[in-house]
Amino acid sequence: MYLTPEEEKILKGERGATYQKAIEILAALGDIYDADRLIPIKSAQIAGVSYKTIGEAGLEWISDLKGKVAVPSILNPAGMDRGCWKEMGISRDFAAKQEKIILAYEALGVKAECSCTPYAIFDNLAGSGDHVAWSESSAISYANSVIGARTNREGGPGALSAALIGKTPNYGFHLDENRQPDVLVTVESKLHDSDYGALGYIVGAMVGDKVPFFKLRSIPSKDELKSLGAAMAASGAVALYHVSGATPEAGKYEMPVENITIEDWQIKEIYSKEKPDLIAFGCPHASVDELENLARLLNGKRVKKEVWVCTSRSIKDKYPLLIKRIERSGAKVFCDTCMVVSPASERFKCMMVNSGKAHKYVPNLCGSKSIMATTEDCIAEAVSD
Amino acid sequence: MIKLCAHIVSRGCAEGEALVTSQPLSFLGSVDPQTGIVIEKDHELAGKSIKDKVLVFPGGKGSTVGSYVIYQLKKNGAAPSAIINIKAEPIVAVGAIISDIPLVDRVENDPLRTIKTGDKVLVDAIVGCVEIYER
Repeated sequence: MYLTPEEEKILKGERGATYQKAIEILAALGDIYDADRLIPIKSAQIAGVSYKTIGEAGLEWISDLKGKVAVPSILNPAGMDRGCWKEMGISRDFAAKQEKIILAYEALGVKAECSCTPYAIFDNLAGSGDHVAWSESSAISYANSVIGARTNREGGPGALSAALIGKTPNYGFHLDENRQPDVLVTVESKLHDSDYGALGYIVGAMVGDKVPFFKLRSIPSKDELKSLGAAMAASGAVALYHVSGATPEAGKYEMPVENITIEDWQIKEIYSKEKPDLIAFGCPHASVDELENLARLLNGKRVKKEVWVCTSRSIKDKYPLLIKRIERSGAKVFCDTCMVVSPASERFKCMMVNSGKAHKYVPNLCGSKSIMATTEDCIAEAVSD
Repeated sequence: MIKLCAHIVSRGCAEGEALVTSQPLSFLGSVDPQTGIVIEKDHELAGKSIKDKVLVFPGGKGSTVGSYVIYQLKKNGAAPSAIINIKAEPIVAVGAIISDIPLVDRVENDPLRTIKTGDKVLVDAIVGCVEIYER
């Protein structure tokens, strides 16, 4: 991969060890993927935040770095709510380690916003055609597919390196030719809300890392697209998809030859009814509209089981009355974290979710059984004995 | 001694006894970060230690957190001294770079055939070559 004279100097260590390592990582990734050069990015979103995931090793690595990010950068969800971690059942030791990780990132100039929905917090992180380096899989899918920005599936250190240098290797989804759909997915039933997560759960497993093109009988909202993409990135490795009539690049490419049809029974089969001991919403982090819907469904009711709603801190801070309306039912609203990345969910035996992504990850990452249900059925379960 | 050209992924120079496997390796959940012992039951290297070895394997697989596991191995003194891959992929490449472990790939002769477990091997990821001394 070609490096400019300026970049060569960084590689020689003229800006110190941290920037040297960062550009070494970018150059190695560029070499592996046959990139021609580094290209400027508009923002970075960095995974590798939860102490549960990166442990002592990750904490040490990040703490050892010295420098400042070159572009606006935010974090992935952490292992706990930074405010009410005690209420989540997080130990003091874990909380201290988690804070250290976040402070280490902050020292590098990264904003301590821990969310998988960066696009819902700041609207200037990525626009149509912008190159970015994001690393949370559902955010990647949303940036590529719904916003029309361009990012590869970055690992934590790769995204942090890109943030420090302000550039990323030019390959993969940064290039037009790799954004072409590979497989046509026709869905025969009309979909609503969590059905999109169920669809993503099915299709991701079928298409792996291909680019699906959807023909649907219903027009999905942005939140529904968020659920679809999140589930496909979890059950498969989908980083980009197109939906006819709903996503910005859908009309730009030729139709693929390979095709799959998804029938109504396949969607319905994902749902089941069982008694959970935790009902969790907000994977990916709930938007204002989704919180509004939960507040409406919970209005005047009292939950009889443990209910969590996960969202970003900036939304929780900006809409205190909306949060109160949800909390009045007894449901708990947590931010900076979620049921998948926090060790707090490990004490439950059976989790009910309305998210295809959570449904995929909960059994392996939280060690509990997962049941998927519609948002309405989740609330009905929450308020029943 | 056999000397072979290779492509540099992570700079540095180190030697050690070769440990060779034809199976990909995931560091998260497959290698104990405290001891460097391979704990993935069905792996060819199960029960063997990668500590101070020149680890020869096709490439990484699995979670990207594997990069941090390599860093943890290094901090615990349980990391391989050098790595040779058929074709490096991001997890192991990034892990090796942040941990200062020399890593080369694209060796001119298939390293899985040329290098045998127990051979003494020097990985020079400054010049871009591998030197193999039979045991």
